[in-house]
Amino acid sequence: MKVLTLNFLTCAVKTCKASNDSFPLHPKDAELAKDGVEINPQLLVNVLPRIDWTALRTTSTELGFPALPEQPPTAEDLTSDEKMLQELHTLLLETQMLEGKLVCGHCGHEYAVREGIANFLLPSHLV
Amino acid sequence: MTSLPSSSAAPAVAKLAAAAAAPGHDAQAEVEAEAYERTHVHGVYEAIAPHFSATRHKPWPAVASFLQAQHPGSVGLDVGCGNGKYLRENPAVFMLGSDRSAALVALARSRLGRSEEPDAAVAATTTTNAAAGSGVEFSHESGAAISDVLVADGLSLPFRDRAVDFAICVAVVHHLSTRARRQEAIRQLLRCVKTGEAPSGQVLVYVWALEQGNSRRGWDEGGEQDLLVPWVLKSTSQTQQSRTLRRGLDNPTTAKQDAVVANKSGEPPAPTMPAGDGPAAGTGGVGHTDPVVFQRYYHLYRKGELEEDVLAAGGVVITSGYERDNWWTVAANEAPPSQSEK
Repeated sequence: MKVLTLNFLTCAVKTCKASNDSFPLHPKDAELAKDGVEINPQLLVNVLPRIDWTALRTTSTELGFPALPEQPPTAEDLTSDEKMLQELHTLLLETQMLEGKLVCGHCGHEYAVREGIANFLLPSHLV
Repeated sequence: MTSLPSSSAAPAVAKLAAAAAAPGHDAQAEVEAEAYERTHVHGVYEAIAPHFSATRHKPWPAVASFLQAQHPGSVGLDVGCGNGKYLRENPAVFMLGSDRSAALVALARSRLGRSEEPDAAVAATTTTNAAAGSGVEFSHESGAAISDVLVADGLSLPFRDRAVDFAICVAVVHHLSTRARRQEAIRQLLRCVKTGEAPSGQVLVYVWALEQGNSRRGWDEGGEQDLLVPWVLKSTSQTQQSRTLRRGLDNPTTAKQDAVVANKSGEPPAPTMPAGDGPAAGTGGVGHTDPVVFQRYYHLYRKGELEEDVLAAGGVVITSGYERDNWWTVAANEAPPSQSEK
């Protein structure tokens, strides 16, 4: 599971969705790996508006990466700064969470990540 | 008869609908509908995943053109992504696929790591299933599609509100056993796409049609809409994926896997479910090479019904159509400004 994916995920429990604490989910016991993915500057620039930057900063820190700037880069920043582009690419698209858990900050439910696949099926009492 | 008939699911569905209508029994009714789908949808896909995947690699044209039309850098969902055949249709977008079947998601993930060669990928997943499930397919450097997959239920999607640019949901909603659940599935899709900014996020829903006058399945207007459709799997062992699968019981040359003959008066084969991970023995057995028969539940959509469900889910219909035995519609949370005056 990519870090970019994590930026779109919240708790599957319906009653959690209204709570700010359910996003982003918090990685726990995360085992990370880095994939080689060809960089696609246009995709990165265009995907930027869909990213919740505050949540990405939280995730990045929780995974043990250096702190991201408070404000997201602009499209101009990204296209003119190759280093920043590469770093963002590595974080969002190349970094994989292979094993571990994703924890909801609201209900505390833990979703397992195994072999790179997060499982959001809920036990019947939480559906 | 050249293939197994489909059978009526109407009594079961009527029971589920009655349970849902009973005052104060909402939660229990949901539990029952879910149990029914676990037996007649989820369990089936878990068991037939490699075989199913091997038969699913041609994209529907309406789906392919919808995906191709998406702006580069868009983020899209594929809810019920199955083996992930749509995840790399447009390499310029980031696709997030989800499916209720962990077995299919594992197959989808293994395919994502492979370079552009859909058919070869399918062949590989069907012959080396052990590798497909082992999760060691991470290190393909080139040609990796920018997409990701996860296991989730379409009625409890783990995506934040208005998160993505578009969503597709192909051949999924018709597996839900009550109308309320089908509408809720569409509501969930609409919840996830962006709204309040132009252009409004679009959701493509694609379902099996009742009107299939040109197919040999024998279903058509006025017919029964809730059916159990058999999936025939020849092998009874775990090595099924490496074998050539016999298509149909008596006439291996004619029957397509999904091609079933409606037989409204005939005795339906009793539903047979896998026990544990492996497929269980089928019914109507006449020998040790019997196919295993899995009964998948379908609600066949009649003309106009999908649009009604979109409206009931709070959406608007942008466009819709019919394509080879299927109804499809593109929905959004709000009408595009240009179409406000018809």
